[in-house]
Order: sequence, then structure tokens, then C-alpha cells
Amino acid sequence: MEEYGIYIAAFAAMAIIGAVLGCIIGIAVKIFKVEVDPRIELVTELLPGANCGGCGKAGCADFAKSVVDGENAPNKCPVASQEQVAAIAQALGVELGESMKKVAVVFCGGDKNQEKVQTLYNGVSDCISASLIAGGPKGCAYGCLGMSSCARACPFGAIEIINGLAVVHPNLCVGCGKCVDTCPRDLIKLVPVDAKVHIYCSSPEKGAVKMKVCSVPCIACRKCVKAAEEGQFDVKGFLVGVNYDAEKLPEADIVEKAKCPTGCLLTADKHVKIEESEKKDKGEAA
Amino acid sequence: MSEEVKSELLMPKGDELVLSTSPHIHATEDVRSIMIKVLIALVPVICAGIILFGSAAALIMGYCVVFCVVAEAVWLKLAGKNLDSLKDLSAVVTGILLAMNLSAAAPWWLCLIGSVLAIWLAKQIFGGLGHNPFNPAAVARVGLLIALPKYMTTWIPTRFMNSDTASYCQGLFTKADWSSVLAGKLDAVTCATPLGVVGTTAKVLNHSPEAVNNFAQVANPSCYWQYFLGNMGGCLGETSALALLIGGLILIAFKLIKWQVPVFYLGSVALMTGIINYFLPGVTPPPVFHLLTGGLMIGAIFMATDMVTSPMTNWGAAVFGIGLGVVTCTIRIWGNYPEGVSFAIVFMNALVPLIDKFFVKRPFGYNKPIVEEGVAA
Amino acid sequence: MTTKTYKTVTFKGGVHPARDGKDLSRSAAIQEAPLLDEYQVIVQQNIGAPPKLLVKKGDEVKKGQMIAEAGGFVSVPLHSPTSGKVKNIDRIPGPMGVPTDAVIITADGKDEWGELMPPLDWKNTDGATLKKRICDAGIVGMGGAAFPAHVKLSPPPDKKIDYLILNGAECEPYLTADHRLMLEETEKVLEGAAILGHALGVKNVFIGIETNKEDAIHALLDKCDAYGVGVVGLKVQYPQGAEKQLIYAVTGRKVPAGKLPMDAGCVVQNVGTAAAVTDAVKEGKPLIERITTVTGEPIKNPSNWRFRLGTPVSRAIELAGGITQEPGKIILGGPMMGFAQKSMDVTVMKNTSGILLLEKSDVIQYQSTACIRCGRCLSACPMNLLPGSLSAAIESEKFDLAAKMNVMDCIECGSCAYICPAHRPLVQHFRRAKAEIRNRSKK
Repeated sequence: MEEYGIYIAAFAAMAIIGAVLGCIIGIAVKIFKVEVDPRIELVTELLPGANCGGCGKAGCADFAKSVVDGENAPNKCPVASQEQVAAIAQALGVELGESMKKVAVVFCGGDKNQEKVQTLYNGVSDCISASLIAGGPKGCAYGCLGMSSCARACPFGAIEIINGLAVVHPNLCVGCGKCVDTCPRDLIKLVPVDAKVHIYCSSPEKGAVKMKVCSVPCIACRKCVKAAEEGQFDVKGFLVGVNYDAEKLPEADIVEKAKCPTGCLLTADKHVKIEESEKKDKGEAA
Repeated sequence: MSEEVKSELLMPKGDELVLSTSPHIHATEDVRSIMIKVLIALVPVICAGIILFGSAAALIMGYCVVFCVVAEAVWLKLAGKNLDSLKDLSAVVTGILLAMNLSAAAPWWLCLIGSVLAIWLAKQIFGGLGHNPFNPAAVARVGLLIALPKYMTTWIPTRFMNSDTASYCQGLFTKADWSSVLAGKLDAVTCATPLGVVGTTAKVLNHSPEAVNNFAQVANPSCYWQYFLGNMGGCLGETSALALLIGGLILIAFKLIKWQVPVFYLGSVALMTGIINYFLPGVTPPPVFHLLTGGLMIGAIFMATDMVTSPMTNWGAAVFGIGLGVVTCTIRIWGNYPEGVSFAIVFMNALVPLIDKFFVKRPFGYNKPIVEEGVAA
Repeated sequence: MTTKTYKTVTFKGGVHPARDGKDLSRSAAIQEAPLLDEYQVIVQQNIGAPPKLLVKKGDEVKKGQMIAEAGGFVSVPLHSPTSGKVKNIDRIPGPMGVPTDAVIITADGKDEWGELMPPLDWKNTDGATLKKRICDAGIVGMGGAAFPAHVKLSPPPDKKIDYLILNGAECEPYLTADHRLMLEETEKVLEGAAILGHALGVKNVFIGIETNKEDAIHALLDKCDAYGVGVVGLKVQYPQGAEKQLIYAVTGRKVPAGKLPMDAGCVVQNVGTAAAVTDAVKEGKPLIERITTVTGEPIKNPSNWRFRLGTPVSRAIELAGGITQEPGKIILGGPMMGFAQKSMDVTVMKNTSGILLLEKSDVIQYQSTACIRCGRCLSACPMNLLPGSLSAAIESEKFDLAAKMNVMDCIECGSCAYICPAHRPLVQHFRRAKAEIRNRSKK
């Protein structure tokens, strides 16, 4: 029996130590308890939980705290759907705030087929790095470099590089704005989701300069301005853009009406058409 | 400029120009050429191994190289990576170094396990060449030594051991033993390494002063010449200090290694064993013995100096060398294993990031006082 | 040749490019470029504030007439390279690929000088007048940075300047423009050095030259005593001509990090700048031309030319006999720090020291692999930075860490990327990090 004594003693000692430490932890929890506003947890749960930082806060929990504190309106979350925002507002009993869902758009249409200057880029696949070499491998010093910096920054996988051009999928984009900060060319802007058409060009140069390097620039011919209603398009120097603040945004049929000579005025779902045509091509080939 | 002149002119088309950041010219050396140079430096060692241990040595090297390359190819294929990185020849270097760390009596499957350990466990699992914190060959040797000690410590005599020179210094205890070897009376033709003899002696006699005489049987000047040439029991590539030193000089001439690593490594081993031997001759044999036996030379010259797993600064390399020396001596003298080089290398490899952090050059322009010197002053 | 000796000094670090390419154009004497029909003069040819245009479409201009005035203190005026008519103010590709404003001047073929500034007797002229003249002549650092020369010559009163160093190192492979200048116009360079020294009130004036230009060193040694200028040999090591490295080699002083040479009591000017200063002071001529090396293996006749500002690169290549094979790269500047171009429409500017074409076989597309920690970049970095670790930090977008590791001190000399056996795009990483860190501090 004696040789088992030591094992029994060891078990007993472990049990006692465990019990004592457990008690200490239990007491400590009671003493040092931090009161958390239960509403913060509630709001955090109602939020999308992507932690994208698009609101400017460190994450969803941080944003929830700011909403509860009244610092931000619930609709400041760029990702949350109308229903989610409404649910949060209802739960807190605060104003909904005026909500306008936004999506990101890359204002450049110069994919590899449209670029007129071809160079061989040898270096890091990153837009800032590439833009520092002779203004980037593309002829246009303002166009999309297609090196995926924005696509890597997007937490929702909404940006795809199609043929050397970044394209945002509006149905995936939640408008958090991360890509906007990433683009060294400032090509990406958040626009109202209702906008049906965009002018895919950001180069402020003269039409002739743009035509040297690209086949789809905006040459400021103003055909679209004339075809549209007053105030739907803005002319800034040698560049025309859709006026997203206009009361009535241009309809999709403006593309037909304006007969844009270069083809930079396109509908917001242009990429869908590209994909469909690709699928069709593949289907036919098969 | 007139039209005729223009027509003769050949002008650049100006399309398809390469765009890249400066510098636009590049030194000719790349990773592959570095590996080729390492292989050139290994030639004397390879020759020594084949001369000393015969065709068995060549076969083991062949196995190791083939297995290492295949292991790397298999990993790259499974990981869905480009097989291009095989072209850098680093797997071949690892294979040769692994073979150098095996006994000539090693069976083929030991080579296979070693290769897989070196390439998969020590290298590719960390992301391939450049990302490995430990020297692949050292990891393989340590792994095999722990897992399969019997096969890693079964040594065979060199082709130059005979009944005349057979003595303690070649790890055979008596002339009678050798005669029985020749007569086929012994079951296996094996021998011990001088370090093994010393290790066993020290353990048996428990570091008592009587050990001095036993040490003297393997550690005396008449043996040292044989050790220097490589005529002793041991791994394929570690026995010939001569060949290793030639290889080391080639490496230094190609500027592939920092001389600080081998010099401080060997120096600290010599110093530490020298001091201990001077005050406590019963604990360990003299420094010359330590320098010439075991894996110290190949470790100091070819394995510890591996660029990927050694410090980048000169001072860091010196500290790394000293650390290696201390760990090696500690294991050799007081440890359970007679040899500690590969353990020391793996151990110190782990400390390299720390060493690199400490020994950073002060960036230019961060000295506070402006020193007045130079021709113009 | 004299038997006079000179000392040879150097800095710590750097690389020694095995093929320096200088033999292509080393012995080609400077040629005057013939008058072209049209010059496209980019308005902003200096670092700092852009100059303000003074001419408009249709204006008649004379050679040397000011066509844009300085737009601030850190700015210089711009002058017409020839007489003729302003065809247009247009946008042409700048050296960084971004379209830039340029004055397109159609030459009338008369090449008439306009009214020149009065010549100055510089020994009896005070520093302020000389500095104003240097500014009015539109002189910028002609080695590459294009920093207005008069700004460097105007240190704040509390900073005592002990040394003026003329940079004749020309450590960039392939380039020989400064070499030919020092050899052919030795006295102009030396007098310029003396004028700059006089303007600064500095007695210790040195010219540093790499010892691969033995003939130029001896030409300078022959005549330097008359101008009170010392000649210092520099070991052939890149980047010997980098400002901080040159100061260290010549004076042993280290310019504190983030500070200017004047903080170490030194002013560095290029030898080309010195020659331009002589013209401006003694003859009243503004800076409208510069010496440029047109070289590279594909060039038929690699040579050194005196080009007017606004000469298109395509015309420069024509003058050098065109090409013998299709180039893979067109570079403005040298091969270590020059800028790859995507078209030949760029023009010669005040800082265009070379037009370099590289063979297609020389510009293989390098595949970069993982760092093998060989440490070559550490010993090559003249600023004692850790290029390998830095690029790893930047690759994982840890820009704060990169800033802590002093990436802002990088001089982008390219020594590390030149020597890297894994062909890592180190300089590109550093440029990116610097751009990111600058953007952040702006925000």
C-alpha cells in the first residue's frame, strides 16, 4: 500500500491547488468585472461584421460603440444593407439618417486592347511601384495600371482585373472605400449605386494627347452633354463626367442617344456584358 | 537632316521597350552561379571521400543528390509551385553536403530519409531556399542521429588502414583486432572514430587523471598527420581536413563565405579545449585533436557558413562562430554525444535572427560628431 | 603631362560594375549638334517651383531670351535655345512619363543671340551679385538632380561653409560627358570652380575625379594652381559621385542623416555646372545647352554632344548615327540611376547627362527569387542600410517598420539591386516605401 501513497498525495495536492486557483479566478472575475453597454454588443451583432474599416473606425465593434454614443448615425456603415441599418436604428431608437448606398467605380476604360503604347514591364506587381517608373507601363499617365493594388485591398473580392484593367463588380461592392485610398492614380471614386452610366476616363489632358495613347478616352466632344438633360453631365477642362449630385441621373439609354465617338460612355454594368460575351464565346467554341 | 541621310539611318522602333527601375545593369552572379561555385569548392572534398572510402562513397553521394532533387521536385509539384527553382541547384548542394555527413556504410534508404528530412522538413516547409532558418544538411544529420543512431554511427575503415598503421589513432584498439578483421573473424568490418574513442574513455574513466594516457593513444602527434589527411573513421566528407581546407580557401576566394565564421569557430574550439586541456588534461585531449577530428572542419567551412542560415554582418559572423565553438566543445566534452558540430549549427542557426538584430551597422550620417580627417583636412 | 601627384580617396561600401562601358565614348571629342528645325523645351527643368511662362503662341524669341521666369526662390528661369517663333505651348511626355508643359520653338535658322547679360569681372564682384547672375542664367545642378545652383550657394548665415567640392567623379558607367568636358574645357571648369568658391567665400576648393579619367586629372593638375583649386583622385567605385559619399571621401566628414551637405560645411557642385557658371559670369550667356553622352551598344557611333535644351531624344540618336540593332531599353541618365523611357519623344533637359540604349540581350526580364541572405547588399550599401531586410518589410507592406529602418536615407544608388544574386527589385521597393511614407506624412 505504501508505494501508492505518493500518488495519492500527488493527486490530492493537484486537486487542492486547482480548487484554490479556481476560487481566486472566480473572485477576481466578480471584483474586476467591467460593465459593458449591452447595446454595443447588440449593434455589433446587427452590423455586417466585415471589419473593413470603411466607416473610419477600427472595426465593427468600434463603430458600434460610436453609434451607441451617438457619434455616428447607423447609416455611416457603408456596408450594411438598408434593412440592417433600419434594424440598428430601431434597436437604439435613433434617427435612421439619410442613406445613400454607394459603390466604387474605376474611371478608366483603357484595358490592354485599348492602350496604344506597349511596353514590357519588369518589376514589382504593385501600382505605386509601377507608377514610379516613367509613369507606369501604360501609355496614359493617368490610366489604370492593372497591377491589382486595389483588388488586394478590397476585403470583399469585388475588384477583378480584366485584361489589365481593374473593374468593380457593383453587386459585390459594398462601398467601403478601401480601394479609393489605395489607387495611386485616384481613379476610383464612390458613386451612388443608382447611377446607370459612367464616363470611364480620368485623364485631364487634351483630346489629341489622349488619343495618342488610348482608343477610348473622353475627348470632351460634349455629345453626351447635348443629348442629356441640363446638369446631368459636368465638363471639367478636357474631361466630361456624370454629375452624380444631379437630381435626376442620366438613364442607361443615353449611351444609345449620345453616340459617344470613342466609347468611353458606358453603362455601369459593362463588365457584366463583357462576362456574358466571354461566356457566349466560350459556349460557341465548345 | 536630308532625306537620303535619313533613309540610311536605322532608328529604334521605340515599341516593346522594357520598363524597369534603375539599376539597368546587373552583376553577373546569381543564385545558380553561387551554387555552382559552392559545388566547385566541394570538389576536393568529394574526391577525398571517394579516395578514402571507395565506390561506396560515390554511390552514397549519387543517392543523396538524386533523392534531394527528386524530393524537391515532388514538393514543388505537390505545392503547385513552379519547378524553375530546381534550376538554382541548391538541392544538389544539399544532397552533396548530406552525403558528406553520412557514413560510407550508410544504406540507400538512410540517404532517402535524410534527403526527405533535409529538403522537406528543413527547407521547403519554411518556403524554400532563403526562408529556411536551419541548414538542411545539419538538420538531416541531427534528425538521423537521433532517430537512427545505429546506422549513423556504424563506421567502416578507410582504404588506407592496414595492419602496420592500424593503431589507436585509426580507432581500432589493437593490432590484434585488425588482424582478426583481415582474417574475417569479426562479424562486421567496422571501426570507431577517434572522437568516439575519446568520448567513451572520458565517460568510462569519468574525467579522472588516468584518462590522459588513454587519450594519448588516439591523440598524439603521430596520429595527427593521418587525421589531417583523413585516414580515420568518420563520415564521408568530414575526415580529410586537407581537402576541406582547400575547399574553404576556394570559398573564400570566390567571396562566398565570411572568413569570420570558420576562423572564429575553429579558434574558439581551439582556445576552449586548450584551456581545459591545460588545466584538466584528464577531461579532454589537446586542441589539435579537436580541430582535426569529427565534423568540425566540414561544419565550420561548409555548413555553418551557409549564407541563408548565418548572420549577415561581419561582427555577427564572428559572434556566431564563437557561439558555435562554445556549444560544440560543451557537447563534445560534457555531452552525451561524442560529436556536437551539427547540434551546435542547428542551435546557433536559431539564434541568427537575434544576432542579426544586434549587429547592425550604424547607418551613414548617424554619428553625432563630425570627424575631421581625410586629405582635405 | 605633369609629374604632379594626387591623393586617391574613397568611401565605404559601393560596387564596382565589371563592365563600365565608358570605352565606347571615352575618346569621342565633344561635337556641336547642328541646329534643328524645332526644339521642345520643357518648362520645368528644375527641382522646386515651376518657372512662370513669359511667352505665348506666335511670339518671336531670340537665342538666350528668357522664356520663363523663376517661380520662387527654389526655381530658375528658362531661356530659349535658339532664335525663332513659339509654335505652340503643348504637352509632351516628360522624363517621368507624365505629360508636361513645353514650349515648342520653331527655329528660324539665324540662331541670333538676344540681349546678353553684361559680363562680370568676378574677382571684383561680391557674392550676392554672382549668385543672382547664376540664378538669372538658369543654372541648375547638371549632374542629374537639377537642383537650382544658387540655392546651394546660399546657406543660412549660421552655417559656415568650409569646402566647395566639384563633382567630376562621373561614377555612372557608360557616361563620359563630364570626362570630355574636364579634358577639353579644363580652364572653363577650373574658373567656374574659382567663381563658385569666390561667391561662397570658401578657400578650400577641390575637384574630385575618379582615377579612370587619368588624362582629365593631369589636364586639371597642369592648370589648377592658377585658380587655387585642388585635385583629388577618387577610387573607381560606384557611387563615388553621390553627394554624401563624395564629401566623406574628400573631407572625411559625414553629412548627418536627413540633413544637407551645408550642415557638414560643404557645398557640392557638378563640373558641368561650374562650366555653365563660367559662361554665365564671364560672357553673360544663360544655360541653353549641355554636354550629353549618347551611348550604348546599339548606338552606331557612341559620342559626346553639345545639345541645345529641347532636343528630342530621337534626333539625338539620329545624330549619333542611329542604331545597329533594336534596343531593349532607352534610358535618360546612366545605367545605375537613369530612368527607363517608354518613347523617344522625351527631350534633352538641363540634367540629361546621358542617353543610353541597352541591347535586348542586356535587358533580360529578371525573375526575382527569395533573399538568400548572402549579405552582399549590406556591404554594398553606401548608406549602411539593410537593403535585404528592408525589402522584406516593404514586401509585406510594413511601411512603419521600413521607416524605422531608415528607408528614407536611401539614396537609390542601386548598388544593392546591382549586386543582388536573387535579382530582387530592391530599389523599386525602396522607391515605393518612400512614396508611401511621404503620402502618409502628407495626410
